[in-house]
Amino acid sequence: MHAVATMKPGVSKLDVTQTRTPLASLVGASKRYGKVIALDNVDLQVLPGEVLAVLGPNGAGKTTALGLLMGLRRADAGRAELFGLDPRDLASRRLIGVMLQEARLPDTLTVVELVRQFSGYYPTPRPIIETLTMAGLNELAKRRYDALSGGQQRRVQFALAICGRPRLLFVDEPTTGLDVEARRMFWNVLRALTNEGVSIVLTTHYLEEADALADRIVLLAQGRVLAQGTPAQIKAHAAGKRVRCVTSVAVSALSSWPGVDEVAQRAGITELRTNDAEAVLRRLLAADAQLSGLEVLPLALDDAFLALTGLNTAAQEAA
Amino acid sequence: MNAIATTRSSPSMLAIYAREAGYEFLRMLRMPSFAVPTLAFPAVFYLLFAVVLAGKESNERSIYMLATYGVFGVIGPALFGFGVGMANEREMGWMTLKRAVPMPMGAYFAGKIAMSLLFGLLVVLTLSALAVFAGGVRMPVTTWLELLGTLMVGTLLFCALGLMIGSAVRAQAAVAFVNLVYMPMSVLSGLWMPITVFPQVLQKFAVVLPPYHLAKLALSIVGVGQANALQVFAILAGYTALFLAIAWRLQRTRESAGS
Repeated sequence: MHAVATMKPGVSKLDVTQTRTPLASLVGASKRYGKVIALDNVDLQVLPGEVLAVLGPNGAGKTTALGLLMGLRRADAGRAELFGLDPRDLASRRLIGVMLQEARLPDTLTVVELVRQFSGYYPTPRPIIETLTMAGLNELAKRRYDALSGGQQRRVQFALAICGRPRLLFVDEPTTGLDVEARRMFWNVLRALTNEGVSIVLTTHYLEEADALADRIVLLAQGRVLAQGTPAQIKAHAAGKRVRCVTSVAVSALSSWPGVDEVAQRAGITELRTNDAEAVLRRLLAADAQLSGLEVLPLALDDAFLALTGLNTAAQEAA
Repeated sequence: MNAIATTRSSPSMLAIYAREAGYEFLRMLRMPSFAVPTLAFPAVFYLLFAVVLAGKESNERSIYMLATYGVFGVIGPALFGFGVGMANEREMGWMTLKRAVPMPMGAYFAGKIAMSLLFGLLVVLTLSALAVFAGGVRMPVTTWLELLGTLMVGTLLFCALGLMIGSAVRAQAAVAFVNLVYMPMSVLSGLWMPITVFPQVLQKFAVVLPPYHLAKLALSIVGVGQANALQVFAILAGYTALFLAIAWRLQRTRESAGS
């Protein structure tokens, strides 16, 4: 069994990370629905104090992985552990907070009623007023859920996730549907929580979000872990540059050049992704004296993501 | 070993169950599309058929229909509140959230049962008040309590039926489906009028309908006909077990399908 027992809630983030005993883990976990394999032998660990982003395209198995860790589903093979226990054990879930991607709450209860109800599930919840303040809901406490805007409803869902002082917070696509400002605010709140020593697992399809928040990224595709590491390491997986220019060299010719990974043309601009920018540029400039509008750009995390999941079409990259 | 998860004190389970029941009742009460028909329909029908249109047999009918509309009234909250509510909450993701947070799942169902019982109680209280003040019905308090107790126990059966329907149908279809079950089942069980007015075939068919048995027992309590209470409760328990078993099967199938 795990040594989680030796950690006390007041222990500093540094000490906690030194023990490196995972708070939650999947060990060789597989899950299938009928003939569809949702997860295929996945190993995943959530370490103390970290923000872990689970990234992947739709159908990659992100929600299934989270479902196993939260005890919503049982693995067909392998196992899920939460604080050294089976996640379906109530005691392990008393240490987590949950914000799901699609959860409409009962319309006719008020904000404070919902918070009070959920606080009651935990042994040492935050004072209601503190939860409301953290989620920015003080002025809306008496408002019925159906009288709130979409963003305000999302804040209530967040309040329910943090009301129990969780040590580990699961957030499934937390900022989907939020405007840019609301998203930034939400990031700040999440960062504030990590300063309290709360670990966070988030799934997101905003790569910018993973880059901005995560200490570590696990990349899932088709039920398998494709890569994991820091955002910088993930980007390095798909090291390279994007080169844009207006050129008469045909796309078909370019794609056969060594060092060129991907080529696309859109609105007269040719864009290619390369792992050897210097060599490709030398040859390109030699081949086309008329070449203009040259730009050399670093790969964004989005490009790394797309390259790794193999889902990119050249056209998407150019767009 | 695993002390972090186990040494912390647990919250009060009793408080969780009580809060779940209270909030479930409160939120359904605030939902006019549920609360108004559930509370008003049995009362309006009772007033109309047992009092206003009853004519010479007024008193007889007021007693008879207190029992049968009582049964009709307690079915509503169990099917619409429990059954439709559950189908809705499953699809809105509310149930998933409840399963992920540290709430014992029993509290969810206990809350729904408590809500159904409370609404059922309100319906029976309303009907009883109408029976006494508009229908001139008089009966010993012990008889009334026996009737109330029987109807409340009967509610549990319909909660099981609600659970089964809620497990079987999609939210969009749930209301229509419940209406298709509720209305014909009530009429054919003799809740609106005595089944003796129906053709022989339908009278025989009534025996397979659970409300028929509950109504028979309720009627015997208020002095209409005979019923063996033990036998009726055994039949109702059998139906309850059947509905629960089907609901359990449906849940299992749903889980392995990944929804």
